[in-house]
Amino acid sequence: MEITSDRNEAWRKALRVAFPAKDRLAIERVTMPEVPPAERVKSQRVEVNKGVTPAMAQREARRCMDCVTPACMEGCPVGVDIPGFVKEIERGEFTRAAAVLKRASALPAVCGRVCPQEKQCEERCFLVQKLKKEAVAIGYLERFAADHERETGDAPLPESLPANGIRVAVVGSGPSGLSCAGDLAKAGFDVTVFEALHEIGGVLKYGIPEFRLPNRVVDAEIDQLRRLGVRFVTNYIVGMTGTLDDLRADGFRCFYISSGAGLPRFMNIPGENSNGILSANEYLTRVNLMGAGSVEADTPVYRGRHVVVVGGGNTAMDSARTARRLGAERVMIVYRRGEEEMPARVEEVKHAREEGCEFITLTNPMAYLADERRRVKQVIVQRMTLGEADESGRRTPVAVEGSEYALDTDMVIVAVGVSPNPIIPRSVPGLAVSRRGTIEVDPESMQTSVPDLYAGGDIVRGGATVILAMGDGRRAAQHICRRFSGT
Amino acid sequence: MNKILGKTYFSERVVKLEVEAPLIAKARRPGNFVIVRVGERGERVPLTIAGADTRRGSITLVVQVVGASSRKLCALEVGDHVTDLVGPLGKPTRVERVGTVLACGGGVGIAPLLPIAGAFKEAGNRVVSVIAARTREFIILEEEIRACSDEVIVMTDDGSYGNKGVITTGMEAVIVRERVELAVTIGPAIMMKFAAALTRRHAIPTIASLNALMVDGTGMCGACRVTVGGKTRFTCVDGPEFDAHEVDFDEMLARLDGLRDEERNKDITSV
Repeated sequence: MEITSDRNEAWRKALRVAFPAKDRLAIERVTMPEVPPAERVKSQRVEVNKGVTPAMAQREARRCMDCVTPACMEGCPVGVDIPGFVKEIERGEFTRAAAVLKRASALPAVCGRVCPQEKQCEERCFLVQKLKKEAVAIGYLERFAADHERETGDAPLPESLPANGIRVAVVGSGPSGLSCAGDLAKAGFDVTVFEALHEIGGVLKYGIPEFRLPNRVVDAEIDQLRRLGVRFVTNYIVGMTGTLDDLRADGFRCFYISSGAGLPRFMNIPGENSNGILSANEYLTRVNLMGAGSVEADTPVYRGRHVVVVGGGNTAMDSARTARRLGAERVMIVYRRGEEEMPARVEEVKHAREEGCEFITLTNPMAYLADERRRVKQVIVQRMTLGEADESGRRTPVAVEGSEYALDTDMVIVAVGVSPNPIIPRSVPGLAVSRRGTIEVDPESMQTSVPDLYAGGDIVRGGATVILAMGDGRRAAQHICRRFSGT
Repeated sequence: MNKILGKTYFSERVVKLEVEAPLIAKARRPGNFVIVRVGERGERVPLTIAGADTRRGSITLVVQVVGASSRKLCALEVGDHVTDLVGPLGKPTRVERVGTVLACGGGVGIAPLLPIAGAFKEAGNRVVSVIAARTREFIILEEEIRACSDEVIVMTDDGSYGNKGVITTGMEAVIVRERVELAVTIGPAIMMKFAAALTRRHAIPTIASLNALMVDGTGMCGACRVTVGGKTRFTCVDGPEFDAHEVDFDEMLARLDGLRDEERNKDITSV
């Protein structure tokens, strides 16, 4: 991945001279202003994190040492020029900061909100690695720059190459597809994004709740792509509404498949199909995409009083926090490992706890009991201990015999992961697919066994993060550019 | 946005809509369904495709008013648009030449039965259709069913038309009379449950096309899960057709009613 950082520009040198390291290190990391828990649980749409002010952002940017070899960038799957945009913020050039972000990321306002920075760029920060201090709040700064640009309406389009007339189809409008579409459009390609749902945005719309990622933020980034010339077609399922051959006949010369991990996993335990038990995907889609939390929407959703959420990832936290907002008195997050092992972001766990969600860790559901109307009334759970580490490095939970007990509940949200959506893999002859159902690709180029087909995101990874999916989209776009260079 | 090209009332509560959808008309196969949404706050509702006209670029849907969403859809007039229409969804019917096929449709289920019966007829089968409804006014598409069947038996609960009795009475009359290689059943879940019980006793392989609750229709939500042969399957991507003898219809009936209280609350508050 190409990394550009003009550290030697005069203004950057001047900044470094103006503030010695000692002064920079003395600054405490900024704290994100938040809406208080009691207030925010009243609304599904009030964003919890309020964003930092320009003064806070500039002060935070000053903590960045503008390292000679910025390790933070190695932690970014899309290769954002991190010191480049942070230093623009430090000198007050907020719109320029956003422009630096947009060179690498099609969705900076999204990434600034939902990326696990603590495990990526911020984890590699010099302050953490060498000085055992808190990292520069790169995520907050990214969000600040992107929000500033959107809110001031001061958004120049990223520079693009002249149109080359080559048609490329992107399948799925989630973060991976949008990222690929943005890079290809900037490179001059004629890009059409096909989306199965009636809204553009994929998981950013149906999955991530508005209290974490407002729809208007997603829509603004999609609008930018429209202005770059990207076309969007909703209600079109590639492989069903039309085949790849239909699209090839329409002049599409290359495809990027980012159809996502659209198949929720269940645990296959007794009683799991009782009423009141649903996947996190179903719950979040009903509430986020269909607006089921509002009385004006036609789509209904279960309203539990005592809600059990199974799982320890971000989706589990999103579901639990949504249930609180829809009036649940008690929300219990049941997770088979310990809190340390939870894949959810630390911030999400903190927010869920502040909002009154209970954590029942080292505990796993075994069966569900239902009432005479087949509505769930109890979940039988079992205590777990942690055994040996598995190949992912996490310790495997082991059941404690005889530790079973019952939790009373009237609604259960199952958030134990997703499998790849089967529609594309089964509709494309000759496409190599793994045993798990994921599409197999060359990890460098993201090319599949079908030469004009590239793939990335959850359909390849089987369930990952927004930013990894975006990184795949970028890599595929680079390769597609190379493939057509000289034509 | 897809335009309504034609509208026919079968009865006060049952409407046939011809909807502009050239790509779906071309791609659909018997057994496929679509998802329809009416209005920006509308619900996504699955409907089995009753027919298609590739020349006019349209598909046919038959809708019965049962709740707020079907009422909105049935209120659309020629020239109006549905907000969203996506498909074709689900696996198409596996149509083979097997011999005699007993095609059984109940109520609005007669509509999606039509293309399936037609496909089996075209594949060289003898098709005996049994269509059933509560009363005469709910017997729909009789002429079209006759056109693709070797024989049609009409059943009404109250005897107001055809023979008096439920669908299984008509089915059994055929089964005791002649050899049947395959039965296909589409209609209310309770009807399919009894139809499946009958054909199981006679060891006749039977397909049921299920009408589960859905949100996206592409495998994403799992609202449509159903137990088939002891395993959980998704109606949208694994079905909608399954071996009727393996389907847990009691669970399915309960799941169809799962959100009734929540829907009722919506209806009350939206008045």
